[in-house]
Amino acid sequence: MRKRSTTSEEKWQLTGDEQHAGVADDPRAGAETKQTAEERRWEETEVKESQQASDTEVLPLKSQAKEDFQEELVIRPLHSGDIYASFQFRTVWETDFMKGNKVSHYRLFPKSLGQVISKFSVRELHISFTQGYWRTMQWGQPFIPSPPGAELWVWFQDSVTDVDATWKELTNVLSGIFCASLNFIDSTNTLQPSASFKPLGIGNVTDHRFLRYATLPREIVCTENLTPWKKLLPCGSKAGLAVLLKSEKLFHSSFHSQSVHIRPVCQDWQCKSSSWELRQALNVVFDLHTSGQSKREWSLFKMFSRTLTEACPLASSSKIYIDITDNPQEEQFELSPATPLLSQAVVLGDRRTFSVYDLTQQVTFGTVRSLNLMIRWKSSEGDMLRPLLHAERYVAGYGLQTGEIHTLMYNNHPFRSFPVLLLDSVPWYLRLYIHTLKVVSKGKDNNPSYIHYQPSKDRERPHLLEMLLQLPPHSVTEVTVQFERALLKWTEYTPDPNHGFYVGSSVISSLVPSTVAMDINITMEQPLFSSFFPCKEESSYFVRVYTEPLLVNLPTPDFSMPYNVICLTCTVVAVGYGSLYNLLTRSFQIEEPNPGLAKRLANIIRRMRGVPPL
Amino acid sequence: MATTEVERRRGQLAALSIAAVVIIVGVPLWWRTTETYRAWLPFSQIRDLSKLQLHLSADVEVVFARGTLTPEQQKRVPLTQTQDEEHAVDESTVLRYTHEIKYRTATIMEEDALSKPTAAEADLSLHMLSESPCGSSVVYVIPEVSLLLPENVKVYIGQRRTAILRMDAEMRAGKTVEQLLGVLKPQIKQVLRVMSFSHTDITAALSDRVRFNPGSKESMTHSMRAFTSSPGYEITFSLLNPDPKSHRLHWNIEGAVQTYIQPFLTKLSPLANFSMDSQMLHYAMLGVNPRYDNDRGAYILHADSLAHVINPVEARLGSNAASSNPVLNFLLYVPDAQHSPLYIRDHKKMEVPSNAFHSPRWGGIMVYNVKNLYGPEAEFPVNIDINMAEVMGVFLTQLRLLVGMQSSPPPPGFSVAPCGSVGLADWELDRLMWSRSVENIATATTTITSLAQLLDQIGNIVINDNIAQQVSSAVTSVQLAVAELEAGNLGFALQYSKEAILASEKAFFDPSLLHLLYFPDDQKFAIYIPLFLPMCVPILLSLLKIASEARQRYREKQAKKD
Repeated sequence: MRKRSTTSEEKWQLTGDEQHAGVADDPRAGAETKQTAEERRWEETEVKESQQASDTEVLPLKSQAKEDFQEELVIRPLHSGDIYASFQFRTVWETDFMKGNKVSHYRLFPKSLGQVISKFSVRELHISFTQGYWRTMQWGQPFIPSPPGAELWVWFQDSVTDVDATWKELTNVLSGIFCASLNFIDSTNTLQPSASFKPLGIGNVTDHRFLRYATLPREIVCTENLTPWKKLLPCGSKAGLAVLLKSEKLFHSSFHSQSVHIRPVCQDWQCKSSSWELRQALNVVFDLHTSGQSKREWSLFKMFSRTLTEACPLASSSKIYIDITDNPQEEQFELSPATPLLSQAVVLGDRRTFSVYDLTQQVTFGTVRSLNLMIRWKSSEGDMLRPLLHAERYVAGYGLQTGEIHTLMYNNHPFRSFPVLLLDSVPWYLRLYIHTLKVVSKGKDNNPSYIHYQPSKDRERPHLLEMLLQLPPHSVTEVTVQFERALLKWTEYTPDPNHGFYVGSSVISSLVPSTVAMDINITMEQPLFSSFFPCKEESSYFVRVYTEPLLVNLPTPDFSMPYNVICLTCTVVAVGYGSLYNLLTRSFQIEEPNPGLAKRLANIIRRMRGVPPL
Repeated sequence: MATTEVERRRGQLAALSIAAVVIIVGVPLWWRTTETYRAWLPFSQIRDLSKLQLHLSADVEVVFARGTLTPEQQKRVPLTQTQDEEHAVDESTVLRYTHEIKYRTATIMEEDALSKPTAAEADLSLHMLSESPCGSSVVYVIPEVSLLLPENVKVYIGQRRTAILRMDAEMRAGKTVEQLLGVLKPQIKQVLRVMSFSHTDITAALSDRVRFNPGSKESMTHSMRAFTSSPGYEITFSLLNPDPKSHRLHWNIEGAVQTYIQPFLTKLSPLANFSMDSQMLHYAMLGVNPRYDNDRGAYILHADSLAHVINPVEARLGSNAASSNPVLNFLLYVPDAQHSPLYIRDHKKMEVPSNAFHSPRWGGIMVYNVKNLYGPEAEFPVNIDINMAEVMGVFLTQLRLLVGMQSSPPPPGFSVAPCGSVGLADWELDRLMWSRSVENIATATTTITSLAQLLDQIGNIVINDNIAQQVSSAVTSVQLAVAELEAGNLGFALQYSKEAILASEKAFFDPSLLHLLYFPDDQKFAIYIPLFLPMCVPILLSLLKIASEARQRYREKQAKKD
């Protein structure tokens, strides 16, 4: 390694000024490089006229692919008094990665992601980073659900031959792009769900060999993940809604989730050609009570410490929606400045009314040229419609040998039953006893109509359990399964093993009956938040619910043990060996017994007196 | 008494046999089980590589056109001559250059070609006649009276591997062939210095191996400017638009790249793989605020502050996610409406005509002013189409420099053909291939020798078979490359040198080398001591006792004898 450092040192010195040339033998190569890098020699470029080649004609434009960028912020005051803010940024690029033509010229679409898609032949990519747990019972359904920690699922194109190797490489590259520990995704936490994760874009792929799904429930999301995420936006955080994304405020919240979704979508209603959609979503829930404000008042400035002054100039639409469904006569809260624009959208099986602020219109910003939305609560009354589907999960049992996983699914619909797909992934070190699997609803056994179970292999792959269940109306369905805790090798423990081991969330995907007719016309101009999950029929809508991740304690050894064991065994061996050795080599002979202590003392006294000893 | 004696003897025997078991069985067992696996490496061949003797040779044809030689001289023209030069660069590196010069007279076809009206046409038709192999060159000597070259031009260097040299009066004066050649030779040498490898180039390429005293700053600047040799490069064109509110920029990068850059890269393809992409970055600011110059009525960026320009931009450029090759960045910066026009001034406070700068081994920046493209009453945002011909001309020049093309002016009396649409003459490519081959060989040898040294010094490193294999293949490739250079097969030499560098880097950066590197000796002893100390001390003590008893008995015996 020494060789490398010296060469680079050398090179930098030579580019730098002469004062650095004297330190050729200085071992502090790194410091030198930094310093001299500042002094890179810049040279002007002289252009010879002959090389300008201005006579040749540039090839005509090949009908440049259209790109479109939209940004949107939805604010929903929650009944708990919290505020839910959901940002969505969408870039649509009318180009085709799939036909194998090399795409290398990027305009609005970020180059780093484009390269990833074309290099790894990705059909669909969904990645989310979440800090905190979405409380469905208090907050209702989010627009884009995500489990705590990191989640990544990718559909590859069928041209990929070695999916596992591509997946491994892809996770490593993404880990670099998003500064996350996605490189910890390996075969022990990768799944191939057979039914739960269908492609969200166009294309009817059902061969789940090309699907990979992984979660890292331990992943902690912070600023270093937000910065690369913001960098993917065409306007960065310089203009438009993204100026609100200041990390010191965003991470001071109850829930934070950021995600990137790439998928092919239709260009028009006939769907003759496809284009690429990149959706970046950021959901955040602010807690008003803990932020120490006694007044129930909310404003953009208070939440994000910024106000809005302009839309992103590259965006074709830039809007803020405020959910006022529960507040038709302003009896609950007051919104200022008021807006004449209202819009209705069907989202998550419900028709909601929104006040709309269009940032592309100068009028929105008023005379002060800045928009600071404000909500003032008048009363805290009113109750929320309970979400039709929600779920919980916990570990039961005592001791460090066995345990039981309970998953509870609530159907709150008063009279309709509906099917749900439950996906459970359990790491190999919790050995599931699949014969103890029990599904009970309303005190009766509920037989799943479809079970896909893949047993684990130690240190190779996790358990995968997928079930299709019918949830009876107004009921709780409980799925229990027992497990045994395995002993790990001492190098397999995480750095803080006494904290416990995380087990990723269960995923519950379902088509929930809708109270209003859903829009199935995909081409109609819709707000972004209502168009994420494709809707195939009018009577139901798609919902994905994630349960809490589990934290399970495994039997943990004392980690100074190996050295202690070495010392102890060595001592035992040495003692045993020593006595054996003595037995073998010593010769035994009868010795004159030693005179007693009294006699010796007497002898000493006698010697002093000059009397012969006894 | 006798029984105790027997007991004592038995004890001694037992101690001896235990010691024997420990030494014969225990020590080898311990040695074998704790040994690190070290595959065999060709150390002697690697040691040979540390003394590098590079022998570069090239073929040169000198063709005499009609009217340059008298019939008398024609008969006595020698067939071949060799020119040898030897330089010792340092104690372990020796360079030898050989030019094999073949003399002949022009064929009828060549005479026809040389009678074309202009030198460029002659060059083209000479190329059509015969294609000279990679690395060689042909010099045509034409009579003084020929109208092919303009008045003040003595030598014309074409786009391919040909040069046309006009005889002068001095040569005419020479009566015998020897005299003629004596005059001709220095001129041919001068031509070759431009067209073929030159000593400065080759020594610059050796910079990885040989440490120079920083004496000649100029030549160093050149050698430091170019990218080091790599199997591939990524070229990224970025359009920086700090002000999308006022400027809506359109650039036809796809077409421009196809027209201007692709032919150049296709020509360079024997050297390395190039891949290109482009992106647009909005709200990308430069790191320094340009100052407003009242006299000029424009913003000025000084050469001194350029070093700080790219740092904030570089964070936005992003690295290439799909490969690990070095990236060449070319940035086109369109200053925002408030800070335009923007001009760059060099160290002499003169405005740079191209308004572009480049940074060694990084890339280039061009500032593209659009202020004069719209009037003051224009409605923002203004749609602006960028003139790609202008931009690409600058980027192509920068690319040539960064790839390592020499830009030194030709000696007086020389005329170098414009390089045309490709942007690169054949002989320029040859020069690049020479220096790249030498550079690759130098880098590969240093990598291999330092790896061998490292492995030799640290006994803890495991050497797996695949590393040994990579090392041996690197060594063989280096040897082959050196041999091909000596034989004058430039293409093969470059190919082998590339293989050598790949194999050597692979071996050097193999992660398996690091596994046991940080296993310190004190920890090893901390584990061994609890076992070895209690076991070995009794054995040693009883052995000492036996030895001292034996000595005593021997002494007693001696005493008895006396």
